[in-house]
Amino acid sequence: MINYPIEQIRADFPILGETVRNKPLVYLDNAASCQKPQAVIDSIVHTYSHEYANIHRGVHTLSVKATDRFEAAREKVRGFINAGNAKEIIFVRGATEAINLIAQSYGKSQLCAGDEIVISAMEHHANIVPWQMLCQQIGSVLKVAPMNQKGELIFEEFENLLGEKTKLVAIAHMSNALGTINPVEKIIAAAHAKNIPVLLDGAQAIPHMPVDVQALDCDFYVFSGHKLYGPSGTGVLYGKQALLEAMPPYQGGGDMIRTVTFEKTTYAGLPHKFEAGTPAIAEIIGLGAAIDYVTAIGMDAIAAYEAELLAYATEHAEQIKGMNIVGQAAEKGGILSFTLDHIHPHDIGTMLDSVGVAVRAGHHCAMPVMDFYGVPATARASFAMYNTREEIDILMQGIKSLIEVFG
Amino acid sequence: MFEDLRDLYQEVIFDHNRNPRNFRVMENANRRVDGFNPLCGDKLTLFLKIDDHVISDASFQGSGCAISTASVSLMTEIVKGKTEEEAETLFKQFHEMTTGKSEEVNLEAVGKLAVLAGVREYPARVKCATLAWHTLDAALKNQQEAVSTE
Repeated sequence: MINYPIEQIRADFPILGETVRNKPLVYLDNAASCQKPQAVIDSIVHTYSHEYANIHRGVHTLSVKATDRFEAAREKVRGFINAGNAKEIIFVRGATEAINLIAQSYGKSQLCAGDEIVISAMEHHANIVPWQMLCQQIGSVLKVAPMNQKGELIFEEFENLLGEKTKLVAIAHMSNALGTINPVEKIIAAAHAKNIPVLLDGAQAIPHMPVDVQALDCDFYVFSGHKLYGPSGTGVLYGKQALLEAMPPYQGGGDMIRTVTFEKTTYAGLPHKFEAGTPAIAEIIGLGAAIDYVTAIGMDAIAAYEAELLAYATEHAEQIKGMNIVGQAAEKGGILSFTLDHIHPHDIGTMLDSVGVAVRAGHHCAMPVMDFYGVPATARASFAMYNTREEIDILMQGIKSLIEVFG
Repeated sequence: MFEDLRDLYQEVIFDHNRNPRNFRVMENANRRVDGFNPLCGDKLTLFLKIDDHVISDASFQGSGCAISTASVSLMTEIVKGKTEEEAETLFKQFHEMTTGKSEEVNLEAVGKLAVLAGVREYPARVKCATLAWHTLDAALKNQQEAVSTE
């Protein structure tokens, strides 16, 4: 194993000391949501204990302090994804809200009936449904780029879908159901060659690898805070400034206002134009703490460590007869989605839970992916920076035992 | 390794999961209702033949977890020969048993179905056990639309 401070990292996450059904917790449901380090918990407690007030409006000291912390978190996000300007960082509730914002603001203002949006066959519902809603509203058309049996995007077919009418490509950086990491550089280059903007859904990618939006040259990048070891109810929409400037507000009220009369309203500039209402103040400050935390460890180190975990888990899974890995892309993040012959994923989930192992069982909000593989659901173990080989051993032992029990 | 789960996964459940009873399409059914659990993707089609208010035959098709398969398999066995009214009463008793609304499980009333009483300790799995029964309830009421547990 590489030199990686795993024991210190585990000690930083108090929940990892919990027991579930009298067994030590083995938390492998990180693709759904990650646990929180003490630094994030402390940050929230500190804000509410010492520095909490509403932001941007108050002239009093606490409000100024809270505003400073909140805007400092924006700057941390900017630095973390290397955006050129903090104005390009919009705080939202999560990746889902960010995609809905782009669909309803960018989509409705820039697309016409007959225009096409290209997504992939491995998207989760949050990157399908907002586009279907838009299509119903304005008569645009959703095109789906296919994948192969391994769960890899068929790039040539994706490229063939890009045409005169394509006005947006929206694609997962990493698939939540399969772990596939898409060739986003190639995707962006192909789309940009035809002047098509690209939205990357980074919900799964952001906790596991370094992301540089300027190097990628993506037009939009969205992610959720809760999957990045931060609080739930936080999320980020990055957009290139010119695109965001051209977009109309998504919701009205609160911070997105410059002036209001009953006749006319003028809107605030970026980023506030898209931040109506009081945001999750302490939580977004907590997201800043989460970014400090992962940055101190290093996204490169985290990516390398998790790649080893995945390789270890895959190697062991392949040795278990009757265990089938769903999603075997060459470029893959720390997700082991699987089925067991004749055993339903929900039975797998309950049985593993009884030995303390938390995995997901279901369609992972990616029902078209399940349809593609002809399964109703899969069990999914998803790894984070605090998981260990020993935990994967417990998972594999549990799987072997339940295959015996179901026999 | 799974000692704690013996209340939930009794041998009868494994048996019905491996060899579901009445697992077939019924050509001459006069009731046919689809049940669906969108959370996990479990789906089943229940077929009943009802003659003069008596369930003369019951069968099913579909796919689901061990709990839901055992539940529907046991159900098709137990409702055969029962009147519609008796089956409706059984649905209510089963529902009470699995959702823990009554303190004691009335063993006499539910008979073999008592093996599914363990789900009351596993709230995430109650829907697996009750899907079949909500589908039965719809079939008895002669509803045409698919039943969903959500």
